[in-house]
Amino acid sequence: MSASPWIVVRANKFSIRMDRRIPFVLGGLLLAAFLVLILHVGIGEYNIAPLDVVNTLLGRELGDKNYHFVVMELRLPRAILAWLVGAALGASGAIIQGLTRNPLASPDLTGVTAGASAAAVTLIIFLPHAPDYWLPITAFGGGVFVALMLYLFAWRGGTSAGGDSPIRLILVGIGLSAALGAFTSFALTFGDLWHVQSAIMWLAGTVYATGWNDVSALLPWLIVCLPLALYGARDLNALNLGEDVAQGLGLRLILKRAFLLLLSVALAAITVTVAGIIGFVGLIAPHLARRLVGSMHEGLVPTAAFAGGFLVILADFVGRTISPPTEIPAGIVIAIIGVPFFLYLLWKREKA
Amino acid sequence: MSVLQAEKLSLSYDTTPIIHSLDLETPSGQITALIGPNGCGKSTLLRGLARLLKPKVGSVLLNGLAIQTIPTKQLAKELGILPQSPVAPEGITVRELVAQGRYPHQDWFQQWSHADEEALQKALTLTTLTHLTDRAVDTLSGGQRQRAWIAMALAQETDILLLDEPTTYLDLAHQLEVLELLVKLNQEGKTIIMVLHDLNHAAHYADHLVALADGRISAQGTSHEVITEEIIRDVFGVESQVIPHPITGKPLCLPLRRKQ
Repeated sequence: MSASPWIVVRANKFSIRMDRRIPFVLGGLLLAAFLVLILHVGIGEYNIAPLDVVNTLLGRELGDKNYHFVVMELRLPRAILAWLVGAALGASGAIIQGLTRNPLASPDLTGVTAGASAAAVTLIIFLPHAPDYWLPITAFGGGVFVALMLYLFAWRGGTSAGGDSPIRLILVGIGLSAALGAFTSFALTFGDLWHVQSAIMWLAGTVYATGWNDVSALLPWLIVCLPLALYGARDLNALNLGEDVAQGLGLRLILKRAFLLLLSVALAAITVTVAGIIGFVGLIAPHLARRLVGSMHEGLVPTAAFAGGFLVILADFVGRTISPPTEIPAGIVIAIIGVPFFLYLLWKREKA
Repeated sequence: MSVLQAEKLSLSYDTTPIIHSLDLETPSGQITALIGPNGCGKSTLLRGLARLLKPKVGSVLLNGLAIQTIPTKQLAKELGILPQSPVAPEGITVRELVAQGRYPHQDWFQQWSHADEEALQKALTLTTLTHLTDRAVDTLSGGQRQRAWIAMALAQETDILLLDEPTTYLDLAHQLEVLELLVKLNQEGKTIIMVLHDLNHAAHYADHLVALADGRISAQGTSHEVITEEIIRDVFGVESQVIPHPITGKPLCLPLRRKQ
């Protein structure tokens, strides 16, 4: 018998296990993101050498007084926000793919982010004086609405054998996205010009012009949702075997499925409120993670989060520096890799 | 030893009634085979017994208690179910699949105890999968794959194991491999209730046969009591000759033609 590929930690009544690859993969992804962050923060109209970036990050005073402002106030919040947005989308995608046993599912392809975005635009344009904290809640509500629609139109037969096909979920999602996109356009056309402009600002899928306030708006949600996603990993593993098997294992199907779906929607919707719609991260990151650590969700969920974070920070860096002074939004950079990847997944399914 | 019963059980899919006020007591410690033609409700009955379908009327009782009233994790420690041809997630290894059987025994702070590890190793040994532990399930042969799923259900450590056509899509040697494994498990004390298509397999391997037609029990008992020319004609609409197996003496059904 070969050696166990698991690390098991036990202390009294406490025990956890994980695949051996997970700490290395997570560490590697974090390191890669950090290297990109140093370049991201250093390169621009005002170049700062990587070593100076690190020194500034560590709070060391340097000769150039501008470093602190450029690094800490202008560029760092944006780079960190990009990573956090990617992490939320990656985790959201991993949850929804496990939940639906559908490798094509992701928060954008199912229309969840379109729902969140339509709801947020509606709020910005028609209730411009609403307090700030309404925005994430409204976006979440829009995402939940789409999740309910998906449930009604694409999920009724269940996801196990004999249920609806994965393609159906995506078709319904694309339909919902189109309808909600039309609604958003409608709101943008008829809304007050001033408010419309601020709505358009984040619709493009960009983390441009972000500050610490955006980071602090996103962070509390992630601090709550990501551990909950880890907590749900065992349930996702069971659900991934099919609904009958999961129920046979003692999983409370309706309760757990609703909880995980809401969690996935919350993670995706919150990113919309700070960065607009960034597509394909929720699709690609879980696939990347599966290649790296396998299909078990206690490893897959954090790895997908870290992979998503890496993807978005890299995309934002590339978009910002590839042809200055023009900036390409991170969402567009990712779509350039994301669209062919999606087509590849479709093609692979056709062949299977 | 747990006892699983159905009492005036009626089951339906949406509004289509499938099982009609059925009473059944499955003998504990034995192998029970549910047989019958397509659409007779045998898989539905199995799903009902496994609480995958909620009864419209009546109830399924485990040791006298309605299973709907037993907390689902508690029930999962006493009753395992293996649906027909389950599909493993892409790339999942045998070890990872079998470990899932421990789900009802775990919670968030107790995710891999010594008991979990022991149950995993025991399940792998019983199903002779120890040499394939770290292979991806989707690279295994059909028989090995089915054994991996059975190992998952074994890791659950239940008294009762329900299986829906465990031999579907397997060739003859792999069918016997699975059935012989189930007999071995039964000898170790597990109660087995399964849906089987092949009458001769049912006669050979099961202690108790239940023949269903139109959602009702037509006959039940030992293979000699159930596999008769008359019952085969009534239940399946097939004329046959039933002879004793030259070696085992169990009834052997030789179909002749459809009932005229």
